[in-house]
Amino acid sequence: MDVMKSLEAEQTKENAEVFRIGDTVKVHYKIIEGKTERVQVFEGIVIAMKRDGLRKTFTVRKISYGVGVERIFPLHSPKIAKIVRVREGRIRRSKLYYLRGRTGKAAKVQELIHRRREKVPETGSAQRVEEAAAEAPEST
Amino acid sequence: MIALIGRKIGMTQLFNEEGMRIPLSVIKVEPNVVVRERTMEKHGYRAMVLGADTLKKSRTRKPYAGQFPQGVDPKRFLLEFKDFEKECTVGESVGVEIFEGVRFVDVRGTTKGKGFQGVVRRHKFAGGPGAHGSKFHREMGSVGTGAFRKIVKGSKMPGRMGNERLTVQNLRLFRVDKERGLLLINGAVPGRRGGMVVVLKAAKK
Repeated sequence: MDVMKSLEAEQTKENAEVFRIGDTVKVHYKIIEGKTERVQVFEGIVIAMKRDGLRKTFTVRKISYGVGVERIFPLHSPKIAKIVRVREGRIRRSKLYYLRGRTGKAAKVQELIHRRREKVPETGSAQRVEEAAAEAPEST
Repeated sequence: MIALIGRKIGMTQLFNEEGMRIPLSVIKVEPNVVVRERTMEKHGYRAMVLGADTLKKSRTRKPYAGQFPQGVDPKRFLLEFKDFEKECTVGESVGVEIFEGVRFVDVRGTTKGKGFQGVVRRHKFAGGPGAHGSKFHREMGSVGTGAFRKIVKGSKMPGRMGNERLTVQNLRLFRVDKERGLLLINGAVPGRRGGMVVVLKAAKK
């Protein structure tokens, strides 16, 4: 099976996966019209990822003129020029199919806000532990 | 005719130049050795006997090993191909490079055994309705006439399916990988992974 893996590795893009499920992305997709080539941008929420390796695909959903549109892209497709992450989403499941039944505000994904973890203040629980340790031998 | 003996490794998919995903069968071809030559003068027709898959010395008997020319290890598979298009001599190795420039191939192999199957699966009978009072579901129905008083030989009936030789014709050859000895063929080929297959230049293209 090593042969199969090496065959697939030839076309597997490295670091192709710049987004996660729930993120809003812009997919720059090459379209060939006769002899000319142009890039179309499809922007929407990533609602699912399927399979693995070279066969990996992701589904992007957007509302276009009031109609829900979903497109499935092969992640490693040479037709994808680039994928840009616009917004991170805070989600609790791996498949966001529940968005399909919803419209308007309900069909949104909350934005993921990274809070920086604050340092433990010098006068806090750490100090209290030291005090407790100092007191301990006295009591025995 | 151009032909080689190989083994099916499995299936995968790759992107072609247009960015389409193509389902591919991967066939590993170890270099085949020309074991014997049939000539017009001696045999009345022209053909090459190719051998593939070297056997261990302990696995061969002298009568079997004796038919191979000097310096050629005994091979598991021996097949004769008529009017071989590539010029070659006995003892010479031929690999996947002879398929360069070939666009379509036929692939011959032994299909996976399906066991004892009914007529719907084995012969693609339509079967009857599932419900609405129908009592005819997956049976074969009538097999003969009243007048002939016999069942015609070769009637399609249930029985063993698969494990038989099958040639799939006109499959597109996607790529010839000389370094690794691989043939990448668009579409499915008969048999299990690891099964012996014969790849031929398409007869009808």
